[in-house]
Amino acid sequence: MIENPWLHGLVLGLVVVAVVMGVAAFSIWYERKFAGLLQNRPGPTEVGPWGLGQLIADAIKLLQKEQIVPAAADRPLFLLAPLLVLTAALVPLAVIPWGPGLVGADLHVGVLFALAASSLMLFPVWMAGWASNNKYALLGGMRSVAQGISYEIPLLLSATVPIVLAQSFRLGDIVAAQEGLRWFALWPPGPGTLAFGLFMATALAEANRIPFDIPEAESELVAGVTVEYTGMNFGMFYLAEYLHTFIASALGAALFLGGWDMGPLGAGLHWMVLKTLVLFAGIFWVRWSLLRLRSDQLMELCWRWLVPGSLLLVMAAALWVHLT
Amino acid sequence: MAVSAAPAVSSSLATRWTEVGGVRVPVELVTPGWPDPHMDLSTYDPEADLMALNMGPQHPSTHGVLRVKVWLDGETVVKAIPYVGYLHRGVEKLCEKLTYVQITPIVDKNDYVSPMMNELAVNMAFEAALGVEPPPRAQVLRTILAEIQRIASHLISVGTWGLDMGGAIGGGATVFLYCMRERELILDLFEELTGGRFHYNTHTVGGNRHDLPAGWDRKAIEVLDRIVARSEEYERFLVDNPICHQRARGIAVIDPLLAMECGASGPILRGSGVDFDLRRDAPYAAYDQVELRVPVRTEGDALARALVRIDELRESARVAKLLLQGVPEGPICALKPVKLPGAVKLQEGEQVYVGIESPRGELGTWLLANTDRKLGPHPYRLKIRPPSLHALSLLPYLCPGHTLSDVVVIIGSLDPILGEVDR
Repeated sequence: MIENPWLHGLVLGLVVVAVVMGVAAFSIWYERKFAGLLQNRPGPTEVGPWGLGQLIADAIKLLQKEQIVPAAADRPLFLLAPLLVLTAALVPLAVIPWGPGLVGADLHVGVLFALAASSLMLFPVWMAGWASNNKYALLGGMRSVAQGISYEIPLLLSATVPIVLAQSFRLGDIVAAQEGLRWFALWPPGPGTLAFGLFMATALAEANRIPFDIPEAESELVAGVTVEYTGMNFGMFYLAEYLHTFIASALGAALFLGGWDMGPLGAGLHWMVLKTLVLFAGIFWVRWSLLRLRSDQLMELCWRWLVPGSLLLVMAAALWVHLT
Repeated sequence: MAVSAAPAVSSSLATRWTEVGGVRVPVELVTPGWPDPHMDLSTYDPEADLMALNMGPQHPSTHGVLRVKVWLDGETVVKAIPYVGYLHRGVEKLCEKLTYVQITPIVDKNDYVSPMMNELAVNMAFEAALGVEPPPRAQVLRTILAEIQRIASHLISVGTWGLDMGGAIGGGATVFLYCMRERELILDLFEELTGGRFHYNTHTVGGNRHDLPAGWDRKAIEVLDRIVARSEEYERFLVDNPICHQRARGIAVIDPLLAMECGASGPILRGSGVDFDLRRDAPYAAYDQVELRVPVRTEGDALARALVRIDELRESARVAKLLLQGVPEGPICALKPVKLPGAVKLQEGEQVYVGIESPRGELGTWLLANTDRKLGPHPYRLKIRPPSLHALSLLPYLCPGHTLSDVVVIIGSLDPILGEVDR
């Protein structure tokens, strides 16, 4: 479309970030309505039709709140952390393919880039936990570092399965390899399906979602790392969490559900968005119906079952590729 | 009203039992030594970097304003001390200046999750002091209200326990809201009967204030049927949920001897295999007219306590339905003018203690009578024995060795109501 690759990247990047930020904000409404229906209550109803204006009201509320920095906090780190969290959450958007050619930067290591960038989130989260000078925040930060480091391994390994099957790190190629409804979530039946489940489960852990939301764990750690944050600083953590979940859903859709392609029904941006939103709703469903695991049980689950299991899946995928 | 009695013990039949001090307790739960709640931290591993953490009084899952000071080694609790008193209102002192009839609305606020029980407890003590016997209709009415209130209270208990494990924004909130939905039906019933949804002031000395409105019994039976049907959901949520099992099974196993030593009662004691229920063992109101099946579990852990509550909820619904079908006709209050009760049995300086089975255990009222000519008969001293206070005294024994996440599960399984702890 645009000849200059720099300009092309910039324009597309801006468009993608703007649209996805809007979608992430919208998804807060989406989740609240969804949770409301799940719990036999109406959810947001007051602001605008079906409570759609609720997120605008929330944003205004957060913006006009006082930004309190605790006296004993490490001020620069404390203020930097929410910015970095949001940045780290936005970076993976660059490589997510929304449609044929609709991608910020079609890197040849797209999958690795997205996962590496999203795991950068650990640093600002730990920064926030440390800089708040609060015991709950510290415990939350420690938990999230331990959890993040552990769960990155099965996340990356389960994302390796489609990489092996498509024989490319490029997200565009992976989507192209699934053309004609040959989704990796369905075909090959064994490793693909399991890897899809594993990817979504570990993505839940990476995005600090129930049942793996122990870094936040509001019933024991009050609010974990965000306990000292107010106003929009807190809002950025909140938005980053949604973005993270949204990106995990988008990656899941691209890696395992054929991305923008829908076989005989055509291809396009709308299919990718639809698949992402369906996965997103699945994450909500899990969140609002499960309890939270304990931190040691979480680690046990990861190192005992998920890591060996994902290694086996990669081996199975490699065998499949070798034999076919 | 003959009922076929089912076996009292609802969990494993293969439990081996022993007898301590005349009480039958499961062998597996009797542990050789209890952790020392007054442990000297300087004797703990000097290499360890202990962190003292104050949970509460402003903490989302200490069920009100409980403050627990925990010393953590990593995430493992080394020592835990509960501090109470943040909700002290001086109710007992206030009662010394009020007549018996005036006290009822004040004690409503003690155990604010089951106000009916507070009213019943003090009024039974006052009746014993004044030598008044409520008429049979009032007795049955009180029993029905107590059982329906027990259901509402256990719904809150199970729901908030879900919140403790699953978070206010997560699956825990879902089960909590399901429980609240059912509790709402009960509050509607009580509102129709008494005009209040929370503080009823319906019991009085010698009977009840509010008679059943027309059709109330039919409505109540419908509500109870619905709640029993839906209680399956909560049981599925607890019994068939692997995460709930992981979080609650084997957590805070209470030695029945320790529980008795601390004065714990109610579901905590019954979850630890001690078959003790005042409704059956020392019947009051109309409990002698029904055959109560007391659920007892022998695991002694947090899950067992929650399951005992769910079983009790069903049993309460059964008993209430049974009584609703045969409410005797007649007056609902023994005394014609409710304002100043005349006949005084208890002389000045004499005392009386009455204990009832509240949803949390033995809710006792002890009073020393005073027959002041000006004020009328009133307690010289009134002491309420809150079951939650005794349950909380178990906390320092239970927490050491568990992680910080377990502390909230343990507090939730003890189900304390700080309103009655601090009074």
